[in-house]
Amino acid sequence: MSGHQYLSEEGFRVDGRRAQEMRKLDCSLGVFAQADGSAYVKEGNTVVLAAVYGPHEVRGGRVKALHDRAVVNCQFSAATFSTAERKRRPRGDTKSVEMTLHLQQTFETAILTKLYPRCQIDIFVEVLQADGSILSVAINAATMALVDAGIGLRDYVCACSAGVFNDAALLDLNNLEESQKGTGLTVAILPKTERIVLVDMSSKIHSDHVSKTIEAAIEGCKDIHATFDAKIKERVGRLAALINTEN
Amino acid sequence: MLTQKVFLRKTKRGNILKIVREHYLREDIGCGSVACGRCDSESTRPLQKDFESASKVVEHAHYIVPDTNIVLHQIDVLKDEAFRNVIVPQTVIQELRHRHAPAYNSIREMLAIEERHFYCFVNEHHKDTYVERLPGESANDRNDRAIRRVVGYLQSHLAEQGLSIEVVLLTNDRECLNSAKKEGLTAFSLKEYVGGMGKPELLDKISIDADGSSEGDPVTNKKKFMYPEHLTPIALQAGIKSGRLRSGKFMASRDNYLEGFVCLGDNEDESDRVLIQGLMNLNRAVQDDTVVVEILPESEWVCPSSVVLEDEPEEDDKVDEEDDDGDEVEREKKVEKALKESKTEKGVEKMPTGKIVGILKRKWRPYCGILAPSAIKEATKHLFVAAERKIPKIRIETRQAAALTGKRIVVAIDSWPRHSRYPLGHYVRTLGDIGDRKVENQVLLLEHDIPHQPFSQAVLNCLPKMPWLITPLDESKRQDFRSVPTCSVDPPGCTDIDDALHARSLPNGNFEIGVHIADVSHFIRPHTALDREAATRGTTVYLVDQRIDMIPDLLSSNLCSLISDVDRFAFSAVFEMTEDAKVVGAKYCKSIIRSKNSFTYAEAQARIDDKARKDEVTEGLRVLNSLAKKMKLKRMENGALNLASSEVRFQVDSETHDPIDVKTKELLEVNSMVEEFMLLANKSVAEFIYNELSHCALLRRHPVPPVGNFDPLVRAAATRGFDIQVDCGKHLADSLDRASIDTDPFFNTMLRMVATRCMSQAIYFCSGTIAKEDFLHYGLALPFYTHFTSPIRRYSDLIVHRLLAVAIGADATYPELLDKVRVQNLCNNLNYRHKMAQYAGRASVTLYTQIYFRDKNVLEDGYILFVRENALQVLLPKYGMECTLYVKDKPGGQQRIKVPFTYDAEKCTQTAGDVTLRQFERITVRVSLDRTNIQHQKLVVELVRPHIPGFSVDIEKPMEVDEPRNDGEPEKKKTRAV
Ligand SMILES: [Zn+2]
Repeated sequence: MSGHQYLSEEGFRVDGRRAQEMRKLDCSLGVFAQADGSAYVKEGNTVVLAAVYGPHEVRGGRVKALHDRAVVNCQFSAATFSTAERKRRPRGDTKSVEMTLHLQQTFETAILTKLYPRCQIDIFVEVLQADGSILSVAINAATMALVDAGIGLRDYVCACSAGVFNDAALLDLNNLEESQKGTGLTVAILPKTERIVLVDMSSKIHSDHVSKTIEAAIEGCKDIHATFDAKIKERVGRLAALINTEN
Repeated sequence: MLTQKVFLRKTKRGNILKIVREHYLREDIGCGSVACGRCDSESTRPLQKDFESASKVVEHAHYIVPDTNIVLHQIDVLKDEAFRNVIVPQTVIQELRHRHAPAYNSIREMLAIEERHFYCFVNEHHKDTYVERLPGESANDRNDRAIRRVVGYLQSHLAEQGLSIEVVLLTNDRECLNSAKKEGLTAFSLKEYVGGMGKPELLDKISIDADGSSEGDPVTNKKKFMYPEHLTPIALQAGIKSGRLRSGKFMASRDNYLEGFVCLGDNEDESDRVLIQGLMNLNRAVQDDTVVVEILPESEWVCPSSVVLEDEPEEDDKVDEEDDDGDEVEREKKVEKALKESKTEKGVEKMPTGKIVGILKRKWRPYCGILAPSAIKEATKHLFVAAERKIPKIRIETRQAAALTGKRIVVAIDSWPRHSRYPLGHYVRTLGDIGDRKVENQVLLLEHDIPHQPFSQAVLNCLPKMPWLITPLDESKRQDFRSVPTCSVDPPGCTDIDDALHARSLPNGNFEIGVHIADVSHFIRPHTALDREAATRGTTVYLVDQRIDMIPDLLSSNLCSLISDVDRFAFSAVFEMTEDAKVVGAKYCKSIIRSKNSFTYAEAQARIDDKARKDEVTEGLRVLNSLAKKMKLKRMENGALNLASSEVRFQVDSETHDPIDVKTKELLEVNSMVEEFMLLANKSVAEFIYNELSHCALLRRHPVPPVGNFDPLVRAAATRGFDIQVDCGKHLADSLDRASIDTDPFFNTMLRMVATRCMSQAIYFCSGTIAKEDFLHYGLALPFYTHFTSPIRRYSDLIVHRLLAVAIGADATYPELLDKVRVQNLCNNLNYRHKMAQYAGRASVTLYTQIYFRDKNVLEDGYILFVRENALQVLLPKYGMECTLYVKDKPGGQQRIKVPFTYDAEKCTQTAGDVTLRQFERITVRVSLDRTNIQHQKLVVELVRPHIPGFSVDIEKPMEVDEPRNDGEPEKKKTRAV
């Protein structure tokens, strides 16, 4: 009987959320002056900082340059203090490489790379605090940083994690919920078309539950989209007002 | 979605870890009352608006908020109907979940009953009721405060709206009670509250607190009786880690209350046991508790005694007083000393001996039993004697002792403090009169942990709506066997028909054999209440006059049962067989059948034997019968064992339900015909599902018994000059076949009975959990076996149906079905339930046998099945039962037997004078019922022939009560006088 009850009979999760509720989402743009674009995204206790450089000339020899589109270069890392247990993570450990790859694939589809031939766009993502759903928060942060840098995107890329506990789909898993064996996936979509750009299933989910879980995650993505959209519009509005007064 | 919820951090500190968890506090949690106009009306609101106050101590109608200890220890009181409109704070539920699963389940059960108006208030996530632990505050104090906050909040929440409903806190914790009063809350102890309810029987159910008694008697200064203190959990863990202490399961001795064993390790291995002797060393361990032992130095090791010691209070009148404990110490010491002396006489080997220093986990459950008779009528303190002899006496308080004498009651243990000789408990309920067949049946069910409550409404709601009709969609999905001449063959009176058979010739000269099994999985879908209930019950339990169904009657006796002349769904295994019974093809499908006849075994046999009958059903039966004979022959050639056990049927009086006659079940050819085809279907399905779903197939295995197990068999056969080979199943089967004596046809049967005892139990398992070599079914000599053919009465078969349906694509799968850990857990429960069902069945036969012999005193033929050191195990074939005929007195007991017997272990004989009693010998005995112990009546057999002077009873005047020859047996004499 001991152990956590991830979803109580009354319908609450350990942290007091209901099954389909997301954690508190917070984000600020332009936090990092040196970069062309940056974003700080906080979903519950998971905090991710993303910085975007570019588009700029391809570094490290022209060989890598592509004549018809931009090169997207991603780098994922986690701060040593980001998890409960302080651990030295050498750059390029398996987890980081995997995350980097996911980001790379996602943003190669999302960025309008054709607009920037022979260019390079660098996306650096650093996890400052890890409390579950790292991949989805990393994607969200990178999206916001790209928007901040003014790089052409097909659409926002919004990501959300979801898992199954006793037949109910839970959204936006925290660390505790993720540590439960055998559940959890991450979905990233382009909200306007609802096209799925990424589904990451790092653990086994019974096939009966997969479609249900993905659908739940998509709903979560849409929520995030709404929040981000409002945030960007507000910021643009504020900038526009600034420009107006300057004139 | 994301709301304005303020959030708060909750920190937990581990060694060096600092874990930060978010905690969302909400505003959308309702108070659960229909009367409330503020909270969200969409949410569940089970609490009533207009109702009476349940207790005189509160004037207005009120909601009750119990604290954790009330729910934990006083659940039997809360279960009473009088408790309604109860608010259970989430804090309480969470604590229960971690501390006590049965109480947690009970409270969940009550929350689910609509009429009781229980409500779980999620206070830990509510913005107004969440409390943070203060520095220096214990977790318990914090929880108590949280519960008080709930009461305070709800009180003002209702008062603000002008409602006259109060909120009342129930707690037995003195400090908490005081704090509550200081904070201006209405709070009572359970005793105060129940006192105002006007239900005296409820007061009995209040459990006694661990600190002595519920009233705090001032006799503490007199308490000389003291058990050693248990070590703290930390000290226990450290001791176990260092290897100084060992943990294991405590098994009390059935015959000696001063003795028990601790089985170390997980398996109940006989070899790895520690003997515990004496009350102080037993130190309050109760049967099945997980305990920690300290093994004594080898110089203090002793050997288990063979003395029978019943824990009988010296003088009955002492029992009623609290302070008898002190005086008992002396007596206890005397008994223990006597015990030690008695065993030094014998030369039995000493074994590791230890003392219990702590208890990791109690395994207390409600116990059935009776109240020990008491001399003082008005006394409120009594001793309870459990039906299970391994359970110590329990001290309870009751004001209704007079009403409870002669009744079977249920009692629960609350605690066992150091200064109390006996564990303290409380009365739970009355079952009925002692000796009443229905009551005794219920005791039997409770003691064997058999779920036997009527099916709940939730379960019944899962049943299909009547009239149930077959739709064209069903027809399109199922193979139609309705025109095929199918029939079922079962014992008389069978209403849950699991299986039906058909056989017809094919153009190529082969036969098509259909084994049609009731399609229960069509009606019982996974994740329903019905499915959960069936999984818990695991099996239908057959008692002599009662059947406790695994699934509701509508399914078991109607919709699933393959009754004749109606369309029924089946899961069919269709085989193609050659004339010499070789299977050349097998196919599985969901189908619709229409059985032509439901035969009893005798009817089917008569049909086959009636040469004049030429109809297609009869012809089919003949084909089946001839094929079955060939199949059986082949099976035997392959080394399958043909073991024997005796089964009896009682003929029961239709009005009184008392047994009037017994018959052993007769075996006809058709019995084995049906059996052969069931075996075939089970075996084929096992192979099929293993091949398709190798990691999660539910199979059944019968482990190869260790060669040593067969020693009694080999020795027994050797006494008659036969050599039994036990190196493999085939050799065993062959040598058993050879070992028969023409003049004594019963010898072979008995030998097979002995062989059965040497076997281990067959068990269900999940194929993903053990190595393939271990799948073997030893008794049937098959590499794969499972149960497929009785889904109405076995849950295992239902799972196999689901697996098979998945394998042939007839049904969808679900996660638990493919998870090997879950399937294995399910198997563990099924194995447990099957074992208990079997025991209960036997106990039921015993019960009936006793009722049958109640007023009888008869001479019967018996056979000596085993010869033991001090007794003969006598088989009475007519009743299919065994009795023990003692030839030596138990040491320490009364000396009654005057004739010395000599035991020869090698030859399996007991000799007295010139008479030698040998194993398998036929003897005549007199059978009667010993009713001296009201809870443990037993059959007594006495030797009549061969005549041993001074030992055998004289048959010339067997019915005389005042038979002078029986002077040495006062107990039995008394029996006959009853
Ligand atoms: Zn309210």
